[in-house]
Amino acid sequence: MAERRLILLALALAGVSALFILWNLRAPMGFILSLRLVKLASLCIVGAAIGTATVLFQTVAANRLLTPGIVGFDALFVFIQTMLVLTLGAAGFATLPVLAQFGLETLVLVVAALALFGALLRKGSDDILRLVLTGVILGVLLRGLAGLAQRLLDPSEFAIVQQASFATFGAVDRAQLAIAAAVLALSVVAALRLARLLDVAALGRGTALSLGLDFDRVIFAALGVVALLVAVSMALVGPITFLGLLAASLAHAILPTWRHALLLPGAALIGAIILVSGQFVFERLLGLQSTLTVIVEFLGGLLFLFLVLRRSRS
Amino acid sequence: MIRLDDVSVEKSGSRILSDVSLAFGQGGITALIGPNGAGKSTLLHTIAGLIAPARGRVEVEGVDITRARPPERAHRLALLAQNERVTARLTVRELVGFGRWPHHRGRPREVDRRMIAEALDTFDLTTLAERQLDALSGGQRQRAFVAMAWAQETPWLLLDEPLSALDPRHARDIMDRLHALTRPGAARRSVVIVLHDLGVAARYADRIVALKDGRLVVSGPRVLTMTGAMLSDLFETGLTIERVAGRDVVVPA
Repeated sequence: MAERRLILLALALAGVSALFILWNLRAPMGFILSLRLVKLASLCIVGAAIGTATVLFQTVAANRLLTPGIVGFDALFVFIQTMLVLTLGAAGFATLPVLAQFGLETLVLVVAALALFGALLRKGSDDILRLVLTGVILGVLLRGLAGLAQRLLDPSEFAIVQQASFATFGAVDRAQLAIAAAVLALSVVAALRLARLLDVAALGRGTALSLGLDFDRVIFAALGVVALLVAVSMALVGPITFLGLLAASLAHAILPTWRHALLLPGAALIGAIILVSGQFVFERLLGLQSTLTVIVEFLGGLLFLFLVLRRSRS
Repeated sequence: MIRLDDVSVEKSGSRILSDVSLAFGQGGITALIGPNGAGKSTLLHTIAGLIAPARGRVEVEGVDITRARPPERAHRLALLAQNERVTARLTVRELVGFGRWPHHRGRPREVDRRMIAEALDTFDLTTLAERQLDALSGGQRQRAFVAMAWAQETPWLLLDEPLSALDPRHARDIMDRLHALTRPGAARRSVVIVLHDLGVAARYADRIVALKDGRLVVSGPRVLTMTGAMLSDLFETGLTIERVAGRDVVVPA
């Protein structure tokens, strides 16, 4: 049943993608098509990356409420943007080579994530809760530092930081997109190779170790893939905290299975469907710009509250 | 045979186990008993190779278990840890099926399906096989976890307080099955179990390993070692063993 639903999800993504590309297509068709294809590709890459990363992260943390954004990724991204604008100035930031900025942001995010995961997991994966809490505290610290630094910016510089702090799909560079697509492909292959091991890891550390799983190595590998996926998608378009929660929760609801070989592609497809269909409705049907991520955050936040309240009631 | 030579375990700078040396052969049920904080669970996890001793050596069937790779360990012993949380929604059959994972690594064969059916049957779970774990009672759920460990088909089965959340009927149900399965001529498995209920230990254990403050107090056949004096000294309260209806029963002195 789950396999059939996965195929239906793939068909649904193909359908909304076709609508997104072809709806109201007018001359000059070649130009508009190429613009739409770039946007579609970035929506699909970011949706798939965040969906996959969140399912991986929730399995590692043994908690269906957590997203990678919670352990301070978003705050680190905003901090990097703020520090770049503060040190380079508005003009320097604007003239920064796009690929260099993308590479730098990805590198810093991956290195920071692996340093945090590595330092905490060296003491054993009982420390998952400590990892999450440390990430939350680091996130608060980084947000505070970014806020302090933002007070030193002039209004035009502050506006640049504000713009960079919200995800936007309107100005994605093609070279960045190609790199992100390659990283996503490699990460998804790595995640799928981990899928059978993650099925066992989901039973808990004690049981997984008893079943002969090299638990710490699997967890570290999974967190490495999470770091790469989140870093690339964030460096590409900016942070979207609650998209992952939406995609992962819907994947668990739609695909009644514990098998990561199905859950991971399922969450990737759902993440892409949410972004493409949302962007289609806002951009093509309602003629609105730049509101999709706000709505995704709003709905994701509501879902988060619903899940927390449902859990505390049960 | 399981053999521990001068094993000491430290955690966060404090010593949990001190110079524990013991050995016991295969067959029957070995109960680890002792007051809270005695180091019973630590000893069980050390035997399982999941805690590396600060000093000493742990051997299972002649192999230094702390140096064994995880897949090799999983063929020698199965550990059912205390209060494991499973976030995935699994049926009983799927959970028990995970017990075969060390044998098939995610690609089950006919022999694995046969062993799963056998484990379900052994623990009277066949009629519950397609039920979700979260739809089971505590006793049924615990039986399913024990069946998973059983399906792993290892010579040694290590159980960390598997009866702690069970009422007497369900506790007795699990112990009756384990007792029957560890008798000579049955499945040739050995069970090492952490027990708080001394009545259960008196009724089912073949061997006793008693710990206090991280030190070994006594290790040997239950009929020789489990005396009122030993228990009183171990738990620092008056206890005695009396014979009721042909069985040993632990009662306050």
